[in-house]
Amino acid sequence: MTSAQESGRPAKQSLVRTLRENRVVQGLLLIAPADIYLVLLVVLPLLLVAGLSFLSRGEYGQIVFKFNPGNYARLFDAIYGKIMMFSIGVGVGTTVLCLLIGYPVAYYLARASARTRSLLLFLILLPFWTNFIIRIYAWMMILRSGGFLDSILMGLHITKGPLNILYTPTAVMIGMVYEFLPFMVLPLYTSLEKVENSLLEAAADLGAPPWRAFLRVTLPLSVPGMIAGTILTFIPAMGMFVVSNLLGGAKTILIGNVIQNQFLTARDWPFGAAASMVLMLLTMVFTLYYTRKAGFGEELLI
Amino acid sequence: MKSDFAVEFHNVTKIFPTPEGSTVTAVDHVSLEIKHGEFFSFLGPSGCGKTTSLRMMAGFEWPTSGEVIINGKEMGHTPPYQRPVNTVFQSYALFQHMTVFQNIAFGLEMEKVPKVEINRRVGEALEMVKLGSMGRRKPKQLSGGQQQRIALARALVKRPEVLLLDEPLGALDLKLRKEMQLELKALQEQVGITFIYVTHDQEEALTMSNRIAVMSKGKALQIGGAVEIYERPNCRFVADFIGETNFLTGVIKTLTRDRVTVLLNSLNQEISGIPQGELLVGKAVAVSIRPEKVRLADDDGKEVRDLRGTENLLSGKVVTTAYIGSDTRVVLDLGASLRMRAWEQNSISTLDPNAYYSAGDAVRIFIPVENTLVLPEDVL
Repeated sequence: MTSAQESGRPAKQSLVRTLRENRVVQGLLLIAPADIYLVLLVVLPLLLVAGLSFLSRGEYGQIVFKFNPGNYARLFDAIYGKIMMFSIGVGVGTTVLCLLIGYPVAYYLARASARTRSLLLFLILLPFWTNFIIRIYAWMMILRSGGFLDSILMGLHITKGPLNILYTPTAVMIGMVYEFLPFMVLPLYTSLEKVENSLLEAAADLGAPPWRAFLRVTLPLSVPGMIAGTILTFIPAMGMFVVSNLLGGAKTILIGNVIQNQFLTARDWPFGAAASMVLMLLTMVFTLYYTRKAGFGEELLI
Repeated sequence: MKSDFAVEFHNVTKIFPTPEGSTVTAVDHVSLEIKHGEFFSFLGPSGCGKTTSLRMMAGFEWPTSGEVIINGKEMGHTPPYQRPVNTVFQSYALFQHMTVFQNIAFGLEMEKVPKVEINRRVGEALEMVKLGSMGRRKPKQLSGGQQQRIALARALVKRPEVLLLDEPLGALDLKLRKEMQLELKALQEQVGITFIYVTHDQEEALTMSNRIAVMSKGKALQIGGAVEIYERPNCRFVADFIGETNFLTGVIKTLTRDRVTVLLNSLNQEISGIPQGELLVGKAVAVSIRPEKVRLADDDGKEVRDLRGTENLLSGKVVTTAYIGSDTRVVLDLGASLRMRAWEQNSISTLDPNAYYSAGDAVRIFIPVENTLVLPEDVL
């Protein structure tokens, strides 16, 4: 009887057994949702853009299926080179400023009491509750001539006239740093929080005054957080166009704006696609070089 | 010029605020003097104030009142990096981003010792803790015992006046711990530095220390050598915490300088012993009798022993016995639901079951006066 039962449903049994014992099948099933999502929404669009970048623009902005490597050649135009260099400058500047401003914040967070800490973390994440574009409009109100910043500074007699910050590279940097600061603070906080107090006590015990203990112990141990924060800030900063669009006006153009314009205004999709590919390549080279030197900050995971 | 003592506590008190807004007295009016070259231990259960005492020497905490004096100098608010002491931490607190060599060199670099001398002294320190070839590894690549040695070398390479050790062997397994105990003791004798050691492990403290301070609830109850605190504890807590003991309670009938007679509660019998601590006639006391110091004899005289006189002679019944090789552990019923443990040494090798006590045996119990300690009941 037993043998009859077993032979009655061999297929089902072997499926259950495979699921239970075959680690490869288990692994494939576990990553399947993420895989499907990534293939549909990242890999396919990327291939489309890559293909698109070698096609031509029709007279009315439609896509013409004619091989045209000239899209890439156009990018070597001096004007685009300048924009690219400027974008890299803004990306690096944003990252460095975020690091300089974010480090003390993260340090304070890591040393604060549990209650203060959760309150502060909540405050850091609070801006994400409001739409990004609305927050950038708020910055326009703050930075425009005679806006909040000017009225405060002039009210306190610190400045005489309006600063005229809006629609300058300064305004773009302010907006960028504002936007990316949390992405720097959070990984820094995670790595600083892991620096045990006993290590600082040991450093002091061995004769290190606080600042030397910081340089020799805290700072090196927070390198993983610095790397993770830098990557999380630099890569999206390179593609940013909303901030420069709204706060930089016509004067401050980043490579992100160029791409956006090609797709939406100039209706030259193939050229926009080529610019996207180059931006991606440059960012990738930059990041690879950086992580090769410093690692991915994977120590954070341990 | 060297002062008489390596470390002195003058009436030191440390009060911590609690998150709930009240306060906790971690160290309560402790005074003590630790001699140069001494191996001194703070022994007590967790929360007794032993680690806080050590941290006040290291400079991680400052006393709320009283004075901490190191090598004749009042420390006040001197920060840790300016004190002539070094610490071996319970968690080792090794710098994981540095190699073993860099860990040990760290303290010397802070002193701005020349490079050549650093290399030599770190090399010597590594040899001393038998890790000569490990200098280029990272601490994480080493075992717990090896990490412990690095922590030790890192502190000793600075040649401090005093080495502070905060339960340094707590994370090691038993066998390694015993080895390290002996090694630490040998090392201390070799380098001649004052070691101040914090532990909750009484065996560890007894094995290694010249003197021990037994602490409870922030107070140093007794300070003395191993023999002194085991054989002549000055209060109930110390007798209870160090080793095992039986307690009988009673009231003092007569009291002289070296002898006290106690009427035992619920037995209506008198017992004589040695007075310890502050005692008064008519006061309730605890009588401490170590189980290995109880002598037994069969009631029927099957095994006759020299039971001098009839003083301190009780009678009872064996409840259970446990043969553990070196001795047989007997639990006795003294009547009135009083129990007493007695450890009978198995000094004669035999398979004869009659040679050992078994449950139900009626026995006579003799406790020599010098083995009977009369202690004040704790008033903590």
